[in-house]
Amino acid sequence: MIVLSKEKLPIQKEQDVVLFRNRIKELATKIGMSLVNQTKLITAASELVRNMLRYGGGGIIHLEIISRNSIPGVRLTFIDQGPGIQDIPLAMKDGYSTGKSLGLGLPGAKRLVNEFDIKSEPGKGTTVTIIRWKNGF
Amino acid sequence: MERIPILKMGPFLLVTIQVDLYDRLALTLENDLINMVSKTEAKGVLIDISAVSIVDSFMGRILGNIASMSKIMDATTVVVGMQPAVAITLVELGLTLSGVHTALDVEQGMELLRTKIGQLDTDEEGLYDSFI
Repeated sequence: MIVLSKEKLPIQKEQDVVLFRNRIKELATKIGMSLVNQTKLITAASELVRNMLRYGGGGIIHLEIISRNSIPGVRLTFIDQGPGIQDIPLAMKDGYSTGKSLGLGLPGAKRLVNEFDIKSEPGKGTTVTIIRWKNGF
Repeated sequence: MERIPILKMGPFLLVTIQVDLYDRLALTLENDLINMVSKTEAKGVLIDISAVSIVDSFMGRILGNIASMSKIMDATTVVVGMQPAVAITLVELGLTLSGVHTALDVEQGMELLRTKIGQLDTDEEGLYDSFI
């Protein structure tokens, strides 16, 4: 896998999210991703960035354009230094939420991307990485 | 603070969301809209989301909330103009917006609202006049 471009975006408040979504759109458009794939990627990112703000107190997002077997994709890494997730399999379940939400954020985001990875250490923070390839798989 | 305008048209309230929603803005809209339903005794709420490119679980929930709250206050909510990519994404996300009436565009949405409140006017030209 080759990293073609890389940038970092700090997220501290809700308004940063709009800027972040626009930036993903620019990157996805640059590699020629279809509108449906773009929408799925941005929606997944929107879920994850909300989690980062609500539970992790904000954090940093790495936005990368990557390439595997000459197929480009967008990789987003969400890093926060929040309280972390105690039980990841439980957090990945549809309908489970410690907040007052629908509990669709994490499992929904996973369904909307091609690759999904979550690492968390209680007390230290959470890192979520997602990839959506240009061709959608 | 940024706000989404709500227009009153006869017994209906019209909302056209032209900006990218973030959580606080969506919550403010929910609040404003329910207050307006109460204040104007509106019978229907039409929300046009044709300019919205992203609806995630939070905004989906707000749309559902608005529909449920208006229903309790005797008003019907119709969401119109959802982009195909948004619809595909919402279902995959796991949100089917059950309980929310939808229509393809504003015109069909208005038609649906009129039918719902039993004021369907067959005279095309008289449609708007009948509410003034």
